[in-house]
Amino acid sequence: MSTKIFKHIQTSVVPLPIENIDTDQIIPARFLKATTREGFGNNLFRDWRFDNDGNPKEDFVLNEPKYSGKILVAGKNFGCGSSREHAAWAIADYGFDAVVSSFFADIFKGNALNNGLLPVQVSDDFLKRIFEVVDADPHTVIEIDLVDQFIKIVATGEQESFEVNPYKKACMTNGYDDIDYILSKKELVVEFEGRG
Amino acid sequence: MGQTLFDKIWDAHVVSSNEGFPDILYIDTHFIHEVTSPQAFDGLRLRGLPVFRPQQTVATADHNVPTWDQHLPIKEELSRYQVDMLTKNCAEFGIELYGLGHPFQGIVHVIGPELGITRPGSTYVCGDSHTSTHGAFGAIAFGIGTSQVEQVMATQCLLQSRPKRMKIEVNGKLQKGVGAKDIILYIIAQISAAGGTGYAVEYAGDTIRSLSMEGRMTICNMSIEMGARCGLIAPDETTINYVKGREFAPKGEEWDKAVAYWQTLYSDEDADFDSVLSFKAEDIEPMITYGTNPGMGIGVTQHVPETASFEQKEQGSYKKALNYMGLHDDQQLLGKPIDYVFIGSCTNSRIEDLREVAQFVKGKHKADNVIVWVVPGSKQVQEQAIREGLDKIFDAAGFPLREPGCSACLGMNEDKIPAGKYCVSTSNRNFEGRQGPNSRTFLASPLTAAASAITGVVTDIREFLKEEELV
Ligand code: SF4
Repeated sequence: MSTKIFKHIQTSVVPLPIENIDTDQIIPARFLKATTREGFGNNLFRDWRFDNDGNPKEDFVLNEPKYSGKILVAGKNFGCGSSREHAAWAIADYGFDAVVSSFFADIFKGNALNNGLLPVQVSDDFLKRIFEVVDADPHTVIEIDLVDQFIKIVATGEQESFEVNPYKKACMTNGYDDIDYILSKKELVVEFEGRG
Repeated sequence: MGQTLFDKIWDAHVVSSNEGFPDILYIDTHFIHEVTSPQAFDGLRLRGLPVFRPQQTVATADHNVPTWDQHLPIKEELSRYQVDMLTKNCAEFGIELYGLGHPFQGIVHVIGPELGITRPGSTYVCGDSHTSTHGAFGAIAFGIGTSQVEQVMATQCLLQSRPKRMKIEVNGKLQKGVGAKDIILYIIAQISAAGGTGYAVEYAGDTIRSLSMEGRMTICNMSIEMGARCGLIAPDETTINYVKGREFAPKGEEWDKAVAYWQTLYSDEDADFDSVLSFKAEDIEPMITYGTNPGMGIGVTQHVPETASFEQKEQGSYKKALNYMGLHDDQQLLGKPIDYVFIGSCTNSRIEDLREVAQFVKGKHKADNVIVWVVPGSKQVQEQAIREGLDKIFDAAGFPLREPGCSACLGMNEDKIPAGKYCVSTSNRNFEGRQGPNSRTFLASPLTAAASAITGVVTDIREFLKEEELV
């Protein structure tokens, strides 16, 4: 089954300079009751974004009109906590194509990659630079190229390369997934079971 | 060069390994529950695939179930729908379900071990990050996302890159009143909530060896709270005695064969770890967290750190956490009034936890300002507690024993801590809103939680134990 294809994007960004953002903040447990993958974007960062009566909190980045774009830039250790894939679904469903941070929690990283959402790990210094530049100009454009594995602040030309598992890169740039791959090796699985 | 325990088990489960690709790892048992499975079943339907090995898949309903009046239909509509979906999906795909009302129902990480499904040398996955619990038996066990749940359903395999290996040793004698929960909270506080990211962590040392299986499960359970992929402990007599005779444990000749294999499961003396850390048991106090991730923990007598002690770029996040918790720099938690005590979750809801708490609260009563919930990890734990009369002790102390489920660990059912209230909780996460919108969590051991329930304030269990020794 094909997933979304990702090769290259160039867009403004939404900055969230908070560290250790856990999956309970990305999507609180009480919103995990849906049985489909759609619609989680409405509750992305629910308790930071809305007050108890459901009114948008003005000072939260997603509610600030000056910020928009398809890249979320967040502080270190993004996505720690629960294995809920709903976190990746919520971010993608809201309209983000990539998340940039200086460190990602393992399970989140895997979940994101399985959903065509690219986690881009940059150095602490580069992350700091993005926050500074975006702070000075909220319309700053960032370019992410998965094929050549670099991220660039377009206006200043500052850029850095990033790592991505070659297999996962092939999946994302071609739109195929893990199940397709394992199914193509099914006879090996059956043979393994026979080894007992 | 010798091999680590982790590598021995991993290698025995590699179906195929290709340069540039993650390994295809065979999964012995797949646990599923109502919250992270519906989209995976839908995925199978879309692809027109069956569950490849339904008899190696075990289902239960735990995350959003009520913990009171479980015999009645679930009141909350969406929760009921999710549980109904699980029932329907399991029937359609031929999976055994230990649903509400079944004598084996309970939190997935409690029932696997108690039914003898969890065993040394095997691989386990579940769409829940605390799957690391099962590693306590000397197994590889980790949490996965829903796309991977679908993957394992479709193929009984998981595509995974081999993580790095870390060894964490704890040696020495624990102080009285200090237990497994304190050990793991201490380790996480030392190495941070991200300190284990990318690693499979083996816990070793004589302190770890001296722990019961329940204690070892508590330790491995929280491996994910330092970011580790999984945690594991080499099997020994304690492990073998625990598994022996359980419902689905191997029997007769199969048992002897299994034990012979299990005895080969340890890290060789010259095995190479990517990282080795050591801690002294004597240094560990009863622990409590003050912040909004499990790495923000201190000894119960210590003070909350000063903002200035953090690097500039971390100060904003730190202030935000303290602000959320309603605490200030250098504050001591000891003596702070609390509102709720939650004893439960896959970290601390096993029969041993309940026995320890019951023994301590016998003849005492909770403080008026505190509401206490004791939520057993499984139907079997609940019934065992009743057989032993623990429910009576709890009732007399004002600690009602509820019915099994995840409950206030994540507040998906009605068991939510109200906004602004403080809860001393034996669960594993103190994230913002984890136990209910704007709830405030202090993670601690069952004994610290129980002692705090009795006094109504954050309490040093050692003070109690000292007094009790005097009388
Ligand atoms: S008790 Fe909490 S941590 Fe454990 S499985 Fe349930 S929700 Fe997850």
